[in-house]
Amino acid sequence: MPLLFLGIFFCLAFSWTGLILYPHMHMGNLKPVALEVDGMLYPLRPSGLAAQGEQVYIQMNCTTCHSQQVRPKGFGADFERGWGDRQSVPRDYIYNKQNMIGTNRTGPDLANIGDRVNAEWHHKHLYNPRSTSKGSIMPSFKFLYKLQKQGKAPSHEALKGFAPGDEPPEGYEVVPSHRAKILVEYLLSLKQNYELPEGKLSK
Amino acid sequence: MNNPTMTLSQMTLSQIDRSLKGSGIFFVSWACIWLLVGTLFALITSIKLQYPPFLSGYEWFTFGRVRAAHLNVVAYGWVNNALFAVGLWVMARLCKSPVRHKGMLYVAGSFWNLGLLLGVGGIFMGHNSAVEWLEMPTYVSPLLAVAYVLIGAWGVLAFWHRESDHVYVSQWYLLAAFFWFPWLYTIVQMLIFFTPMQGVMQSITHWWFAHNVLGLWMTPICVAIVYYILPKVLGKPIHSYYLSVVGFWSLALFYNWAGMHHLIGGPIPVWMISAGIVGSIMMFVPVIVTAINHHITAMGSLRDIWNSPSLRFIVFGAMNYTLSSAFGSLMALRSFNKITHFTHFTVGHAHHGAYGFVTMVLFGGIYFMLPRLLNREWPSAGLIRMHFWCCSSGIILMVVALSIGGWFQGLKMNNPNIPFLDIVRFTLPYLHARTLAGLLLLCGHVAFVVNVVWMLRGSYVRSETGPTLLSPVPNSGGL
Repeated sequence: MPLLFLGIFFCLAFSWTGLILYPHMHMGNLKPVALEVDGMLYPLRPSGLAAQGEQVYIQMNCTTCHSQQVRPKGFGADFERGWGDRQSVPRDYIYNKQNMIGTNRTGPDLANIGDRVNAEWHHKHLYNPRSTSKGSIMPSFKFLYKLQKQGKAPSHEALKGFAPGDEPPEGYEVVPSHRAKILVEYLLSLKQNYELPEGKLSK
Repeated sequence: MNNPTMTLSQMTLSQIDRSLKGSGIFFVSWACIWLLVGTLFALITSIKLQYPPFLSGYEWFTFGRVRAAHLNVVAYGWVNNALFAVGLWVMARLCKSPVRHKGMLYVAGSFWNLGLLLGVGGIFMGHNSAVEWLEMPTYVSPLLAVAYVLIGAWGVLAFWHRESDHVYVSQWYLLAAFFWFPWLYTIVQMLIFFTPMQGVMQSITHWWFAHNVLGLWMTPICVAIVYYILPKVLGKPIHSYYLSVVGFWSLALFYNWAGMHHLIGGPIPVWMISAGIVGSIMMFVPVIVTAINHHITAMGSLRDIWNSPSLRFIVFGAMNYTLSSAFGSLMALRSFNKITHFTHFTVGHAHHGAYGFVTMVLFGGIYFMLPRLLNREWPSAGLIRMHFWCCSSGIILMVVALSIGGWFQGLKMNNPNIPFLDIVRFTLPYLHARTLAGLLLLCGHVAFVVNVVWMLRGSYVRSETGPTLLSPVPNSGGL
């Protein structure tokens, strides 16, 4: 019976050593690299607001439907769909609080969403996904927006271009809450458009 | 109960049953509550995906959180409570020694269910993590870890004090699961949340764990339950005892490595993915071995299986173990995975394993265990039949719909000429089918819980003597 017990123990310890301990020693402490193009360290450290916004992304559990990884060229159609210009590599993720490469694409991949659309689009889309993407089944995040009385002039943050039925009443406007703003900051920070020694563009 | 015709071992068993009556009822009751709650969350999730405005005005009920709540409630509320109940009972019975440390079970059960209540509440409040299978907030993980350790320790102690001279294969599986799981859970909590590893190392640890929840916890206990109940009810030995040992060790060795197939194509070293694929393909060994043992033992006794409430569920579950594992191994192949990876196919597969196999075996286990704990028969054969038909047709509908829908979703996604939103629209009919399947499952679950409640209250005790069977036994001679 000690043999049974040892066997049970070593089966688990074996895979733990192989899949976690060794890879951790090998790539568990990656550093950013200075690129010749501009001498900056890549990946760029996200801004404070973007780092806070990651928490909102976690709270809404966006990972359920959105991955953040570009697969190699020829493996699926990630390149052709415009989701990225190169395969994602471990170094791209060193500043993540939680690693959210994801396993589901009920919605499109977001590894490079910061490169594709701007803040205004994000706010419209988060407020009502159907206003920018017809037939989308993404939930609306209206609760991250505030309806407020218009001042003398409309706020520069106020949302424009509502879907029919979404318009605020006369004299009111819809503005993003702080959480909506940091979430969008985070989404804008998602880009893997730099070249790393181990990740060359178009590969 | 001091029937003079009882043998010594029968007396020991009935003593064990009596000792575990309280904790068994405790775990089964919680399991039933979570089952209904989890099914409700599942339906809300499913409806939200086909009709997003549904309940979308409240932050705490946003899709991502209800979906996480559904997963945690069914996996840790329903499945785990039922696994604790049936798994520990089978272990105690096979060890044939008087039950020790009953109090541990109540402490563990209270910690567990309190932790879940707080954890699911925390998910709705936005304290969740984004790590699938571990969405519950970190402040409940110590509670859950204590519960796991106590449950595991109880199982190992029961085995330590065993008085049976032979160790049956079910005990191997149970012992391993009770040892593995507390470790897995503690390691993964430390490495992802308390002292987080860097970047993708988290995802690697995450899928090592998440796949092992199924592979090293739910699967071994359910396989143990099948190995225990199937020969016992049929009154014949399993087909090949030698094969069952091969099955155990190959599962222990290969399942551990299989989790990496969740990251195929992802930003991790290719050798790790390859190791995951090898592990997944090698899983054919324990699956085929277990299939031979289960199905050949079952063959030739189909009428008995059909008439026995527990075996009808257990054999259905065992068949789905073979099927879903075979699909799981295929899904790990790069060429197959390229299509199915990010689609509803995977969701269908998860339900195939966790419901078609695990949940169905647990239903069967409870149908077998409760009459022995309570010394009372199931009040209604009709409800059991309804339970079986609703759940079996529901899960088949769900798996078939999501597999077909997911397969074509994947093919279309790999064709860049098809706009993404067209693919979303294409999947809608399959998502509707899933909601319909969910409704069927809900009906089945209500039938099951009503039967359990009637049984616990003892209000509808059947007048006939003998067990509740699903078809009248001709010339049963007073059985």
